[in-house]
Amino acid sequence: MKIHEYQAKELFKKYAIPIPEGNVAFGVEEAQAAAEKLGAYPVVVKAQIHAGGRGKGGGVKLAQSKADVATVAGQILGMNLVTHQTGPEGRLVKKVLVEQGLNIQKELYLSIIPDRATAKVVIIASEAGGMDIETVAANTPEKIIKVYINPLVGIQAYHCREVAYGLHLAAEVIKPFTALLSRLYALFMAYDCSLVEINPLVITAEQNVIALDAKVNFDDNALFRHKDILAYRDLDEENPLEIDASRFNLNYIALDGNVGNMVNGAGLAMATMDIIKQAGASPANFLDVGGGANAEMVENGFRIILSDKNVKGILINIFGGILRCDVLAEGVVQAARKTGINVPVVVRMEGTNVEEGRRILRESGLNLITAVDLKDAAQKVATIVRG
Amino acid sequence: MSIFVNKNTRLLVQGITGKEGQFHTRQCVAYGTQVVAGVTPGKAGQKMDDVPVFNTVRDAVKATGANCSMIFVPPPFAADAIMEAADADIDLIVAITEGIPVMDMMRVKNFLSGRKSRLIGPNCPGIITPGECKIGIMPGPTHKPGGPIGVVSRSGTLTYEVVHQLTQQGIGQTTCIGIGGDPVNGTNFIDCLDAFQKDPQTSGIVMVGEIGGTAEEEAAAFIQQHVTKPVIGFIAGLTAPPGRRMGHAGAIISGSSGTGQGKIAAMKACGITVCENLGTLGELCVSVFGK
Repeated sequence: MKIHEYQAKELFKKYAIPIPEGNVAFGVEEAQAAAEKLGAYPVVVKAQIHAGGRGKGGGVKLAQSKADVATVAGQILGMNLVTHQTGPEGRLVKKVLVEQGLNIQKELYLSIIPDRATAKVVIIASEAGGMDIETVAANTPEKIIKVYINPLVGIQAYHCREVAYGLHLAAEVIKPFTALLSRLYALFMAYDCSLVEINPLVITAEQNVIALDAKVNFDDNALFRHKDILAYRDLDEENPLEIDASRFNLNYIALDGNVGNMVNGAGLAMATMDIIKQAGASPANFLDVGGGANAEMVENGFRIILSDKNVKGILINIFGGILRCDVLAEGVVQAARKTGINVPVVVRMEGTNVEEGRRILRESGLNLITAVDLKDAAQKVATIVRG
Repeated sequence: MSIFVNKNTRLLVQGITGKEGQFHTRQCVAYGTQVVAGVTPGKAGQKMDDVPVFNTVRDAVKATGANCSMIFVPPPFAADAIMEAADADIDLIVAITEGIPVMDMMRVKNFLSGRKSRLIGPNCPGIITPGECKIGIMPGPTHKPGGPIGVVSRSGTLTYEVVHQLTQQGIGQTTCIGIGGDPVNGTNFIDCLDAFQKDPQTSGIVMVGEIGGTAEEEAAAFIQQHVTKPVIGFIAGLTAPPGRRMGHAGAIISGSSGTGQGKIAAMKACGITVCENLGTLGELCVSVFGK
């Protein structure tokens, strides 16, 4: 799960990680009030969306006066912000963070992530702050510091020193930096984060270490023990069909093709998308109904696929294991009767109770196209959408 | 022959009295697996069908000589269950549970280091040696006993699809293993490839990967150096958009890392035959492995 910068900074504040003074605003007047409250100019007005690259897209602007704040906040609020992470469709900006300007002397990069290969927590830091870290890693790998921590032991003082000296920090900022790093690690562990990132972490002319930006992502599997974080969820940042699907425990991701598909199991669902593409069509979605799907879930899956107006045909691919083919077939029949499916549906079933499942489909009187195997199914649905 | 499990494996089931635990225990028993014990805290002395239930894994091992555990414990308590099994020196732990927090699995993985237990999963369908023993949730009849092909996969139903195509072509399997779709798991591709290479009955291997992480790239390098048996590789998720988690917690392209195209290129560079269209996998297996 992702949250906004201003929400991440609330968490930073809770962990005594220094951040610039600032306030979130939902309208121009509120933005002006927030700026006035800071008591000095310039201030920075930052678009709040769940995507990086906001500065380059015109979503972060400096304001020198109250009138200036009105101008830039007016430009940013309501804009459709396009960055390299939003896709070409962009995101509508509904709120801005208004922050004090700082005298920046140096910009650093600092993040903490779980490393899947080593099962360690890794701290990544660089003197090349404020830039895209993937680019830094690719072009100047010597500028990247990585320190691995065994989560059973936790962060030690020497870990922090390794990072601090690796960044060539001046003597007077070593202490505030190491304090910040160990608090950031504590936050990472306490909330089951999948990423905490500060880019840039700045050192000011006054030799203060301050998190100018803040990005915090959470492990979805751990949200059951962080109910307070769930309050940060912003539905405006999610695809409406994906929100709808999540209410029925369906794993749905909207894509831009025209073949809707419903599959049990994530791996098979991905492979089904791939084979649709190879047959010359394009998948409209990823939809994993999971191992324990019932007729109601299948029905809702259908409804969600059909609410995507680009869908010209549907491929159902089920390998019955825990989800039996007869249960799936009943769901399909129920859904077809209720929602009045108006596009051709190709069904491919295999595995547990497949004969019973095929019988149910055959005797339903519905116009379903059956396929003998996966290749056959992909070709049939691709031929249909080509018209 | 087979790898990791066979007809002598003595299975205990953690979470045996739950709905899923019960259902799949019965399926395993029906397949011929020796299920000797169950563990549910607070239910010692009860029986699930004919299987005695114990409070702790240690009690179950002492009373029954169980050497393998299958875990159906819900996500919040699954890490604890895995560590309990490892602390009782169970040889093989098969964790079926989906949805365990990553941090819990990182702790488990570090806890396991230096211990004798092997972990398969979590978030996996389990392991089956066709005709001998099934430890997991896969449909038994899809498999064909007698070998000679070993299957290792990060997926569940996609593995069934692969095995189905092998069986349809008349090609049997020695052992099929789902190593799970989570970012941090126990047994990896390399462990299985190494074991298949050493198993005299296995003459070829099918390896099923997907986007996310670098496990397939590492496995490809291992195959080039250490595996003399023919390997067919498949990667799911070529059409997946970057930055999105595709159902499996581990299936995500991060920046330029973890793409299907990169994995396929790495496999080809290491001399692995890559199946580029899942619909033709069975035929490709016939041409590479023979009948």
